[in-house]
Amino acid sequence: MSTTTLAGREIHVDAEGFLTEYDEWDETLAQQLADQIGIAMTPEHWDVVRFLRADYAETGQTATTRRVNAVGGFPVKQQFALFPKKPGKKMSYIAGLPKPAGCV
Amino acid sequence: MTDMQAKPAVVPDFGDDDDTDRKLVIICSKGNLDMAYPGLVLANSALGEGIAVDLFFTFWGFDMITRSRQKKLSFTPVGNTAMHLPFGGRMPQWLSPFPGMTWVATRMMRKQIDDLGVPPVDEFLDQIVASGGRLWACQMSADMQKLTMEDLRDDVEGIITAADFMDLSEGAQTLFI
Repeated sequence: MSTTTLAGREIHVDAEGFLTEYDEWDETLAQQLADQIGIAMTPEHWDVVRFLRADYAETGQTATTRRVNAVGGFPVKQQFALFPKKPGKKMSYIAGLPKPAGCV
Repeated sequence: MTDMQAKPAVVPDFGDDDDTDRKLVIICSKGNLDMAYPGLVLANSALGEGIAVDLFFTFWGFDMITRSRQKKLSFTPVGNTAMHLPFGGRMPQWLSPFPGMTWVATRMMRKQIDDLGVPPVDEFLDQIVASGGRLWACQMSADMQKLTMEDLRDDVEGIITAADFMDLSEGAQTLFI
């Protein structure tokens, strides 16, 4: 595990740059994470990110696109539109969570 | 403080700038419940990684896209020596063909799939299409089974020939399942 500096503070990240400490995240940081990967956050983006945070707090796992759809109620098409090409990874990165571990 | 800020932030590479045209074509030729899933799982994962996916349904794989059949795929333990029982041991081969075994085994597998949060075949295909996946049906299989576009899911884009398939799969990684 290494650390990196973002939004003026030190954060713990894995080798790829995903946050490893749930509590080091806040929405200011999320805005920076989104900027870094070229995602312009809109209220719809925030809804998805907040769902991911709440779901992780409950289950201890990052929701897959399937779960974000089935439980969060965000259609898969919308997820691809908001977080192009790799929605599962991009939304978990912004939400400060590990990449989804499930296959589906 | 200045030292810390000088350290570059670690940012994942999502490959957005890569000029990739990686493409996957999956041939789904089986209509058994257990053999429907490998193609669906791989297609879904590939789409989630930004890889273009075409699914080509042929022979028994037609059941996956035929409206009246796609919710009724079954699993049979007949001829499957890797069928393990929940309480340990293997399913004896002499027992597999008994009446009702397919029904029991299918119910068990559906439940296991559902417990993992993995959708049934028809919903899985909905998700794949919503993710940008494209569905194609095989002409010869349609002719053999006397099926037309009317019988297939609305999101099947066409019934195509083997020659069309050659165009479709040009430059793609192709998997036969």
